[in-house]
Amino acid sequence: MANEQCLRFTGHGEKPAILLVPPLFDEANRMRRTLVMTMCTLSERGHASLLPDLPGQNDSMAPNEEASLDIWRAALADIAAREGQPLLIASWRGGALIDDAASGGIGWWRMAPLAGSTIVKTLIRVRIAGEKEAGRAASTEQIRALAQHGPVELGGNRLSPTMVDALDCAVPAMVAPLRTVDVADIGGSALWLRAEPGEDRAMAQAMAHNISEWATICAAG
Amino acid sequence: MADDFAMVEKTVRATLVDLLGLSRERVAAFDDTTPLFGSLPELDSMAVATLLTELEDRLGISIDDDEVDVEIFETFGALVQFSARKALN
Repeated sequence: MANEQCLRFTGHGEKPAILLVPPLFDEANRMRRTLVMTMCTLSERGHASLLPDLPGQNDSMAPNEEASLDIWRAALADIAAREGQPLLIASWRGGALIDDAASGGIGWWRMAPLAGSTIVKTLIRVRIAGEKEAGRAASTEQIRALAQHGPVELGGNRLSPTMVDALDCAVPAMVAPLRTVDVADIGGSALWLRAEPGEDRAMAQAMAHNISEWATICAAG
Repeated sequence: MADDFAMVEKTVRATLVDLLGLSRERVAAFDDTTPLFGSLPELDSMAVATLLTELEDRLGISIDDDEVDVEIFETFGALVQFSARKALN
């Protein structure tokens, strides 16, 4: 992760630091602003926080077709190892597929985790919709066949066959202690789905409070 | 059965709120004849793709791409009928 940016907010006192693992692909773009607001509230509550760019995502210079779940997991493991302080790992959506790699965490917090196969399904549907708008017929089978032979563009990312295969099999790993929350627990709405990106300060604050509360429980062990 | 149908309708409304960023009040006022695709600029074909997967997840159903045609998204009533047919059979 040496070459990737990592947004960092400082904390104060003894509060555990929070490592945020964003959603994957286009969902990360829709959530980014609200995640940064969440970090802001965490900081006000005393928690330092980190939001790394996964290689090939956000501002990363790495070509996104070279990204893989293994590379992302290694990047998170590297960050957690170098941080040298107790971390609570907070992930959103597809971030839950790689968050266990940050081993040694005092706890995990997940919002609306999902299986990798669901992500692939949505990305392929979006691609088919785009092809149809351009007047070209496309089917899931065709796109899946393409994806076996080389990088395929899905939702603005070029995904390698390795990435598509790995996503198809990926489910959130067992981690402990773990708190899983959904929109109903927090309030707000599923911003990661938005056709037009939005932001929600109240939701960011509610997420930060929930994460902070869980981090404090985990730190007390 | 009527309760189940109401639950499907509620789930479809909630999904539209989340996906399209419309206010709850506005979506609560949708009735069977409220036009969707072509009338809501937020609901483009990309958003439809996301909507399908999200409805699968929330209703525990599986939708074949072959069953999807534009009529399902013409009105709120058509979308609820389609979802209920999948979820309650």
